[in-house]
Amino acid sequence: MNYCLYCGEKISKTISWGTLFVLEADKYSCEKCVQAFQEIKGEYCRRCYKRCEQECCDDCYKWKVIYDGNDPLHKNISIYHYNDKMKDVISKWKYRGDYALGDIFKQKFQTVFQENFSQINKNTLIVPIPLSEKRLHERNFNQAAQLASFLTTNISPILERTHTEKQSKKSRKERLMSKNPFLLREKVQSDVILIDDIYTTGQTVRHAASLLKQNGCTNIYAFTLVRG
Amino acid sequence: MKHVMKTSPYGKLGRVETLSQFTQFPKIEKLLNPTLQQFFTGKLLRKEELSLEEQSFQILWNNGYFKTHPAITKNKGTYMCHRCHNRKNHLFGVIPCQRCHKTHVYCRNCIMMGRMLQCDFLYEWIKSPYEWPKMKESLKWDGTLSHAQQYAAKEIVSAVENNEQRLIWAVTGAGKTEMLFLGLERAFAQGKRVCLASPRMDVVKELIPRFTRVFPHVEIEALHSDATNKRGVAQFIISTTHQLLRFKEAFDVVIIDEVDAFPYYLDPLLQFATKRAKKQHAAMIYLTATPRKDFLRTLRKEKVPIIFVPVRYHLQPLPMPTMLYVHRLTEKIKMNQPIKQVEQWLQKRKKQERQVLIFMPSIQQLKDYKETVCQSFLHLHIIKYHDQLDTVYADDDMRDKKIERFRNKELKVLMTTTILERGVTFPSVDVIILGASNHIFDVAALVQIAGRAGRSKDDPQGHVLYVHDGLTNAMLEAKNMIRMMNQKRKNMLKNNVVKKI
Repeated sequence: MNYCLYCGEKISKTISWGTLFVLEADKYSCEKCVQAFQEIKGEYCRRCYKRCEQECCDDCYKWKVIYDGNDPLHKNISIYHYNDKMKDVISKWKYRGDYALGDIFKQKFQTVFQENFSQINKNTLIVPIPLSEKRLHERNFNQAAQLASFLTTNISPILERTHTEKQSKKSRKERLMSKNPFLLREKVQSDVILIDDIYTTGQTVRHAASLLKQNGCTNIYAFTLVRG
Repeated sequence: MKHVMKTSPYGKLGRVETLSQFTQFPKIEKLLNPTLQQFFTGKLLRKEELSLEEQSFQILWNNGYFKTHPAITKNKGTYMCHRCHNRKNHLFGVIPCQRCHKTHVYCRNCIMMGRMLQCDFLYEWIKSPYEWPKMKESLKWDGTLSHAQQYAAKEIVSAVENNEQRLIWAVTGAGKTEMLFLGLERAFAQGKRVCLASPRMDVVKELIPRFTRVFPHVEIEALHSDATNKRGVAQFIISTTHQLLRFKEAFDVVIIDEVDAFPYYLDPLLQFATKRAKKQHAAMIYLTATPRKDFLRTLRKEKVPIIFVPVRYHLQPLPMPTMLYVHRLTEKIKMNQPIKQVEQWLQKRKKQERQVLIFMPSIQQLKDYKETVCQSFLHLHIIKYHDQLDTVYADDDMRDKKIERFRNKELKVLMTTTILERGVTFPSVDVIILGASNHIFDVAALVQIAGRAGRSKDDPQGHVLYVHDGLTNAMLEAKNMIRMMNQKRKNMLKNNVVKKI
């Protein structure tokens, strides 16, 4: 018997001829909880998945201006909108530290990854955005690394992070002004997919991306669970 | 002890061998102050919750002030969380611990109070407990108790004095809170620590101002999930039952209000929490208007005296519910049709100025049906404006504000779910249950809801209407129960005695 990781309700399995022959994948959440998440569909910015009517949103335009047309981040792909339910789940998962709750996103994260990155070069590295050592000790797990572990067993921890204040505690302006907190452990030449839980202003992934770009990476993508 | 430190993640910060160097400093007297003792006495805390600097902690630890308990143990294949006594394996998660580089289990049941990993410990203060002040004549109250209330109050006092158990079975609106006053005064006079716990947050919030008014010099603290500063250091703690998980052998008197309320009666973990929070020899007082049968059975087995108070404080009878059958009620609600019979009933009411409290089985129905109800109330001229009617439910952000507005009579009509079924007092209301056949309304809920009407001295009557599309056993039993109480009240007033069952 399985229980929904979020609401604790029992999940009943439907029995059909199909389930008799093929084992059904384990479910981690009930239908009700899944439906409360809002997938990004229809009109959205093709570069960063923000909800907008044009091809390119204001955010991306600003980044273009800031980086003079050489935006280090090629593209960001997100799955869900940041609605109230998602806020609730994220805070329980990340800040309360309910590691197992992350499994709710497992299947979706894998399928969307397959859809978007199936044609990509095989040497592409999957790099989760790291936490600083202090934060890791506090939280005891890295949510980005957990998400990355759904995709591959071969995670490349080539980035390191110095300790700064929490991103979520800062205002937008403060975030945009912040220093690059990342350090590179080893130089790589291949493409890179950065994995993180939330893309809000895009500052964090761009910090990482610009560092990678300076050191010889060609295409840098971001794959995030939520577009804030 | 050595074993404990070896596996502890904090062992890294201060190893067993190096600990002894701190003992050379005779700083322990400096460190040990009453505030500290008051904070730690009777608690079971995580390391982070101790909020001590590492050095001070080590000094206290070395001098044996703390006892550790492992947070999670494994026994015959099942894990057990030592904070909440959760033993369900599906409520344990697995996490690769970055501190010890091993995979651990952690308890998901009590994660809202901070995550406890297998490698964590709970800390209990075992030396030099804090002595609570003995307060004489702390009660500042000039009200009087009715005859029946006095009897129950005396029983409570004797329970407090002799550390015994009592069940006070008093009808809704009997004035249970006032019955506690004398017992509490006695407890504070003896320097005892008291906890009043209720499963409902609304009940806790309503009780706090009532007690701070009559015990102005006693330190009172409210603990519930909305409270900002949860230190749990006061002599008198009013709390939700969930919050008691942080306490161990802390209280001399534990009073549980509304024992039969959800989720307390269903959740063995909460019952365990209250048992652990009291001292070994402590008074335990249960308060309820609608005890469940199995609860009564267990109390009888333990030979706990049951005190029955079948009369409201204003001596008037309980309002009898009226049953109103409406054909295809659920469908009508779904189709957003107004219900004619209810409208007629509303018009026929004698006191039109009374506020109206409407209960519905589910939040979804409440939201969908609000507009229809609003229209028909406008049509009947009971309300003049749209915003004199509102809905309130558990996840409502404006919950407290809306209840406050209803209390101030800014709202004339309030639609709600079972969250307002008990513990709240509005002086002059008529009550309607739309869909009383729903299984959510069990006997206890129906009796409690009926008990919302006619609670004040100035307006001791009130109407109760169960609108249903099929009688249920619960409705009949509820009606019988109210009738039985009223009968007992009559006998009691005749003979002027309160019976002990």
